[in-house]
Amino acid sequence: MDALDVARWQFGVTTVYHFLFVPLTIGLSVLVAILQTLWHRTGDEKYLKLTKFYGKLFLINFAMGVVTGIVQEFQFGMNWSDYSRFVGDIFGAPLAIEALVAFFLESTFIGLWIFGWDRLPKRLHLASIWAAAIGTNLSAYFILAANSFMQNPVGYWVNPETGRAELTDFVAVLTNKVALITFPHTIAGAFLVAGSLLVAVALWHLIRNRDSADTPAYRFAARFGSWVTLISAAAVVITGDIQGKIMTQVQPMKMAAAEGLYTTESPASFSVLTVGSLDGTRELFAIKIPYLLSYLGTGDPNGTVHGINDLQAAYTAQYGPGSYTPIIPVTYWSFRFMIGFGLAAAAIALLVLWTQRKGRTPTSKWLLRAGLAMPVLPLLANSFGWIFTEMGRQPWIVFGEMLTRDGVSRSVSLAEVLTSFAAFTLIYATLAVIEVKLLIRYAKAGVPDVTPDPEPDDTDDAERPLAFAY
Amino acid sequence: MELTTIWFLLVAVLFTGYFILEGFDFGVGMLLPVLGRDDRERRVMINTIGPVWDGNEVWLITAGGAMFAAFPEWYATLFSGFYLPLLLILLALIARGVAFEYRHKRPEAAWKRRWDAAIFFGSLIPAILWGVAFANILRGVPLAADHEYAGGLLDLLHPYALLGGATTAALFLTHGAVFVALKTVGDIRDRAAALAVRLGVAAAVLAVAFLTWTLTIRSSTAAVVLAVGAALALLGGLAAAKVRREGWAFTGTAVAIALAVATLFAALFPNVLPSTLDPAGTLTATNAASTPYTLKIMTWVAVFFTPIVLAYQGWTYWVFRKRIGVAHIPQH
Repeated sequence: MDALDVARWQFGVTTVYHFLFVPLTIGLSVLVAILQTLWHRTGDEKYLKLTKFYGKLFLINFAMGVVTGIVQEFQFGMNWSDYSRFVGDIFGAPLAIEALVAFFLESTFIGLWIFGWDRLPKRLHLASIWAAAIGTNLSAYFILAANSFMQNPVGYWVNPETGRAELTDFVAVLTNKVALITFPHTIAGAFLVAGSLLVAVALWHLIRNRDSADTPAYRFAARFGSWVTLISAAAVVITGDIQGKIMTQVQPMKMAAAEGLYTTESPASFSVLTVGSLDGTRELFAIKIPYLLSYLGTGDPNGTVHGINDLQAAYTAQYGPGSYTPIIPVTYWSFRFMIGFGLAAAAIALLVLWTQRKGRTPTSKWLLRAGLAMPVLPLLANSFGWIFTEMGRQPWIVFGEMLTRDGVSRSVSLAEVLTSFAAFTLIYATLAVIEVKLLIRYAKAGVPDVTPDPEPDDTDDAERPLAFAY
Repeated sequence: MELTTIWFLLVAVLFTGYFILEGFDFGVGMLLPVLGRDDRERRVMINTIGPVWDGNEVWLITAGGAMFAAFPEWYATLFSGFYLPLLLILLALIARGVAFEYRHKRPEAAWKRRWDAAIFFGSLIPAILWGVAFANILRGVPLAADHEYAGGLLDLLHPYALLGGATTAALFLTHGAVFVALKTVGDIRDRAAALAVRLGVAAAVLAVAFLTWTLTIRSSTAAVVLAVGAALALLGGLAAAKVRREGWAFTGTAVAIALAVATLFAALFPNVLPSTLDPAGTLTATNAASTPYTLKIMTWVAVFFTPIVLAYQGWTYWVFRKRIGVAHIPQH
């Protein structure tokens, strides 16, 4: 074990952890904004109840996303300083813009929304949650543009004098085709999580507490959440399909690694499940769908998909001796878990809609259990998606330009990076327990009573308690 | 003006903004066990910064992003070199950020006590360590010719750096006390105002000592003028606090912090991280910078968006301008 390994583990753990909170922030901010808009438009109290209820869950999650996000920005410089030196001219810009354009918007307007129930006119208060939601979604674009440069570097040259990558076309970086497709894929994945959370919580109350006066609110939330889940699942599949084709063009090794495809095939079949030896020489057991991989990768059922062995030989010729192959079991299984868990969430959403057809109320204990598992499934799908796309890029930190091992900080000792890894793991694990317990506590508490909010009045509220206080 | 100079100034402005804004919310956090005598008073204090602390912290994220984009070598060397202090700052910011949001989520006294500790230490640690970090930037650190940090943790802890840490902590404590006096009503307001004056005297002594020491290490005419201005602003702020002109007192401490940070950057220029080991290792605004193309794009983005950010963030402070007291804290 050396500092490089620990730095990689730390990046993996802190990033996956951060991304447990990000999808809910992205998706739920918009869904809460929609709920509040519905209340604003119809005046129906059930929407206000749902806004406040899911708003609370959103904020419990939001705080974690914010604080774990700062670690991400600092980590590039702390653990990956040679990477930062190499790409800073390109990679720093989207990060700085993300902070200036998106994070300020998000954090300022979240503050206004949380504390503004009695301070702002209704319309402005509604606009605040929308501004925060827009900021959150914008931030995703900039960080994904930065990540896409690592997957498919564009708009740059490597200056032989300075030895670093330098920006030549910023528009090309922002319109990187990997970024353009990864953004909707990631956003759809985020809504899959948010929709599932809506369903899980609402279903729990619907089935456990059937005579509640708030049944109509939960019914709406369960149905709304199911539709969001289904539509996002469709969007995830469509964008994932396009993404696969782009990946086959720009990172063919990643596609081959997703499949464990060792030899070039045309047409290539998709392996649903293969158990074999790691070097691909022996196959013990396999379920395959003919033509599917060719279609996924190229759009043509008879298209050629390059295999790992051929790509490894080609890269060795191009970049010199070395292994250019990711860890195949990791990429193979993370790719399948991503798809499998995502589809499972969609299937449960379909079931929830079916059990509520024509005004019925679901009663099944099994459905309740499935519903409770629901938010966990797309979270796992999101995590495995990131593990797949980042591990599938290895051994590169910037594809074709810099190896991961060359990006690590030389001045940071093993002891230092072990200290930080241990510290982050410990504090993150502690906070995870606290966070989940709080979420469950507030989810169980159910929708709040809503007394009508008086219009803000500047003259006679000197002694009136605040509508919300920490 | 050269683009690298513009970006040196912008990074300086971002850190100045960060220390003015998060300076008072660090101060409020550190004063929580001192000024907040019971749960309601502590809640009053937390709620004075509740709507704004997150936006304040984004100044740091933007400053970090701007360093990365405009001066990648500076960002890379500084963040990897100051590894353990930055780790502590991150852990502190994590704990305190979550604490603000989670503290009121459960009624138990033990639960609140733990989050109060998180807010206190989460504010104290960065308030000290930012001073330590900036003192080290000013004094210089051992850098090899390839700009890599060549020292250890102990190289960052010397009397000058510790004085820097004490100075920022004292300034932020004063700034926070003045802020509490400005934003509250009732008994706590009186106690905060009285404490601000006492803290302010200590902060003034420390700040004068630290800035004088700084100017003996490296200096420029501008730095001397700014340092004198910082001292005067702080004294003015204290005088205003003494006669209970809290708006002026806050203006005074804010300007004092701004001018003190400006002093550091003015003394530093054109270096961004001097080397005490190999002069070739010294990072300057020129040799640490990104390409003119990147800087130009970033300049346009900053020119367009910074006024918008300032406008809506300023408006937030206007929306939450009212003083609060124990009567405003809801029961639950």
